[in-house]
Amino acid sequence: MNKFKLALQLFSVFFKIGAFTFGGGYAMIPFIQKETAEKRKWITEEEILEIIAIAESTPGPIAINSATFVGYRVAGFWGSAFATFGVVLPSFLIISIIAMLLQNFADLEPVRFAFFGIRAGVLALLFKALWTMYKKAPKNLISYIIMGASFLAVAILKINVLIVLIGCALTGLISSLIMERRKRA
Amino acid sequence: MILLELFLTFFKIGLFTFGGGYAMLPLIQAEVASNGWLSQEELVNFIAVSESTPGPFAINIATYIGTETGGILGAACATLGVVMPSFIIILLVAKIYDKFRKNKGVQGCMSGLKPAVVGMIGAAILSMVGTVLFPKGIMATDALQNPSLPISIILASAMTVLAFKKVHPIIIICISAAVGILCGYFLPFLTIA
Repeated sequence: MNKFKLALQLFSVFFKIGAFTFGGGYAMIPFIQKETAEKRKWITEEEILEIIAIAESTPGPIAINSATFVGYRVAGFWGSAFATFGVVLPSFLIISIIAMLLQNFADLEPVRFAFFGIRAGVLALLFKALWTMYKKAPKNLISYIIMGASFLAVAILKINVLIVLIGCALTGLISSLIMERRKRA
Repeated sequence: MILLELFLTFFKIGLFTFGGGYAMLPLIQAEVASNGWLSQEELVNFIAVSESTPGPFAINIATYIGTETGGILGAACATLGVVMPSFIIILLVAKIYDKFRKNKGVQGCMSGLKPAVVGMIGAAILSMVGTVLFPKGIMATDALQNPSLPISIILASAMTVLAFKKVHPIIIICISAAVGILCGYFLPFLTIA
């Protein structure tokens, strides 16, 4: 099959994935696995696991990382461009329309009341998300110290988020190098 | 030059977000607040919209803020900005991904970034709890200035139980919306909307 056809197929598969997964990111992984590995054999099951590992150790949203990665594996640069465009387009279209609707409806009384309740519900979803992230973080003393320190730095000391991120990355790097050296000694 | 500003801001957000889901929240919160693009309350509202529509949070929020501040072109610039860093980095990494993943330096940085994201999301959520529970400000000592506090606490706690029981986010949002509407019409003195 020629590359252009493959790129178009990648676009339509990832468009479908973008249009039908709620919550994004990790919710997308089983869908990607089914569509690209199981059905089309574009990549192997092991490669799916690798994609998750790569997506977690590079910046950016998981959906974009995995679309780019699969697209590249299947059809090179244009494959990655079409797959990424495909996964982004549904959100883009839906949210543009919703943004315009919200501008018109946000002031209606029932809508304001609904959002009053929804804001409390969102807190619940955020607590759950925090718990999920916590479970994925390493569980050792340094990790707990970084968690506490980054929380205090942002919540109380109001230090710039980027500075905190870079500081914590360096802390992780230095502490892992020290541990490595101790193991060898 | 709102378009360029949107692109650069979301490029930065995309570049410095590690891990999926709400890892982006602390950065978005900081940027949105410093630019005055959305109020904290609008941001919380939008999280609900994003949970009830398909697609990743990152793309949804970029498109939304882009539309609100710069129309359809603004949405395109913001979305392109948030996508670009991952796209470029994955293209670079795809060729050497095995070496990259097993690299000691990358692993070391990740061991610091993962817990950092947890702490920072904690901080972002704390300030959102403040906005939701005390819409008139936490310093409003008179209980009458925050009459909705009991309802918000009860609703948030009940929904947290449901969320941990793996009830789908959309159902949680629907229940919360229904409770909000009922309270608004039947208990207006306990509602701030």
